[in-house]
Amino acid sequence: MNSPEKGIWKVIGASSVGTLIEWYDFYIFGSLATILSEKFFPSANPTASFLATLATFAAGFIVRPFGALVFGRLGDLIGRKHTFLVTLVIMGLSTFLIGCIPSYENFHLAPVVVLLLRLLQGLALGGEYGGAATYVAEHAPEHKRGFYTSWIQTTATLGLFVSLSVIIATQKLMKPADFNDWGWRLPFLLSIVLVLVSVVIRMKMKESPLFSSLKAEGKTSVNPLKESFGHKLNLKMVLLALFGATMGQGVVWYTGQFYAQTFLLKTCNIESTQANTWIGIALLLATPFFVFFGWLSDKIGRKWIMLFGMLLAVCCYRPIFGEMHELSDLSNKRIVGENGQFSAVPNKKVAGDSIITLTINDKFEDGSSRVTITEFSKKESELNKLSSQIPAPYQPKITKTITLADGYAWKFIGLIFILVLFVTMVYGPIAAFLVELFPTKIRYTSMSLPYHIGNGVFGGLVPFIGILIVELSKTKDNPAGHPLAGLWYPMGVAAVCFIIGAIYLSNKKPKHE
Amino acid sequence: MNSLKKYLGVVWMLLGPAAIIFLIWQASKKLSLATATTNDWLQWCIIIFVFTPVAIGMVIFGWYAWNNEYDKIEEEV
Repeated sequence: MNSPEKGIWKVIGASSVGTLIEWYDFYIFGSLATILSEKFFPSANPTASFLATLATFAAGFIVRPFGALVFGRLGDLIGRKHTFLVTLVIMGLSTFLIGCIPSYENFHLAPVVVLLLRLLQGLALGGEYGGAATYVAEHAPEHKRGFYTSWIQTTATLGLFVSLSVIIATQKLMKPADFNDWGWRLPFLLSIVLVLVSVVIRMKMKESPLFSSLKAEGKTSVNPLKESFGHKLNLKMVLLALFGATMGQGVVWYTGQFYAQTFLLKTCNIESTQANTWIGIALLLATPFFVFFGWLSDKIGRKWIMLFGMLLAVCCYRPIFGEMHELSDLSNKRIVGENGQFSAVPNKKVAGDSIITLTINDKFEDGSSRVTITEFSKKESELNKLSSQIPAPYQPKITKTITLADGYAWKFIGLIFILVLFVTMVYGPIAAFLVELFPTKIRYTSMSLPYHIGNGVFGGLVPFIGILIVELSKTKDNPAGHPLAGLWYPMGVAAVCFIIGAIYLSNKKPKHE
Repeated sequence: MNSLKKYLGVVWMLLGPAAIIFLIWQASKKLSLATATTNDWLQWCIIIFVFTPVAIGMVIFGWYAWNNEYDKIEEEV
């Protein structure tokens, strides 16, 4: 092994650890969204609820691509190293501060402050990935770019794994009431330690050799935004990267990792710790394949590995999700034990009223169990009937939670593993693919925008549009809608991306001046 | 293959506006319901705001394809 390759493991380590921490920071907000909304965005307050929606939607869809432009431009002007050091600090501080903010009860500006910090997280994430991928790729020998950059690609999945592990471990270390009260802050506070370590490591790194030589020759871009998006020669490659690669990659990634989680929790009603544990194991088992497909892309080219991953996703999503739905369907299984209990608590919304809760525990012959909680308020029901502004009839709130028998675990882990395997095929080679598509002097800007539109916008909208399509599938005969209807969006986007990629993309690197 | 790239350009040029029209139609359907909240308005406004430039990008992509721009990319040997 020659000396540049010896040094590259330090480069990969410094870049990957920082990017992993950024993903960890971004995910814990999403994973703890329910608690955060209780603490900072109470639903009874319409302004706070409005800010919560803004935090969820704006951070991913608007601020991430904006961060890609802001930090991409900086990275092409002043260098990769300092730019992705800044994004790491912004992300770490924002996350730490979210953990420090008093709840809405004690601090009424909390929703605004949390919103601002969440937007800063989105901004930082938008700038981080392009920097890390470019930095590693510009250190790597050309014939091994896929292999070396694939280590950066593992961080998004490992970040989710670490965030789930930290949350589950914190929950297990304390009582549920303590976790709800103050324990949820620990995963946020932990971030500052991780970021400090990562900043120290990154500070010791040198600037990318390709950028340094460009700078020494005075050939860096004067206006990276104009050169990236104002010139046809480069804009057409940005559009090709978006519609022929990152758009499909984004939906496959979000469906495999996040929609699968939502599907298990909301559609299959599987208990959250059980579902998250299965997802965590599947993520861990599939992670080495990012490196495998990155390495393979150096041998046979990037294009067909990514496109084959998209094609497999289009063909296999319905059978895989259908199987998970069928496995969690207890309607054909015999109940062997049942018990129920009533409880009543004062209704905070209506004075003098009570919320009556009926909890039924069912045990099934295969060892699975189901808890059905029905909440009912008689007065609220009567008030709703009288109100002309609420035309919908009063519905009791019914929550079902299924804990499947241990025998199902490996079937689910296997199915989720296949979904994540598709993610590794589309995501493993993409950093090298994007880096090679653009010239060094505008690489950070040019690759960051299609990446974050593909992932943040097309991928981030998978749950929202999925729910919308399930709504559209509701009929009188099937009032709940088709459980698999939401998959049409990722399947449609991946199919269009596959066609564009297959026809317009080349398996060879484009030549730059 | 080059003719296919060119003529598919028309499909991409139509797909961009079609996606936006579909989104606006869905938004108006959802937001005209009596149960629509300020949050629903916010969500739809953000989605349409973000997707509009993407749809314009799709039209430009189609235009470039129609003009054979993607036949002229130089490759490394």
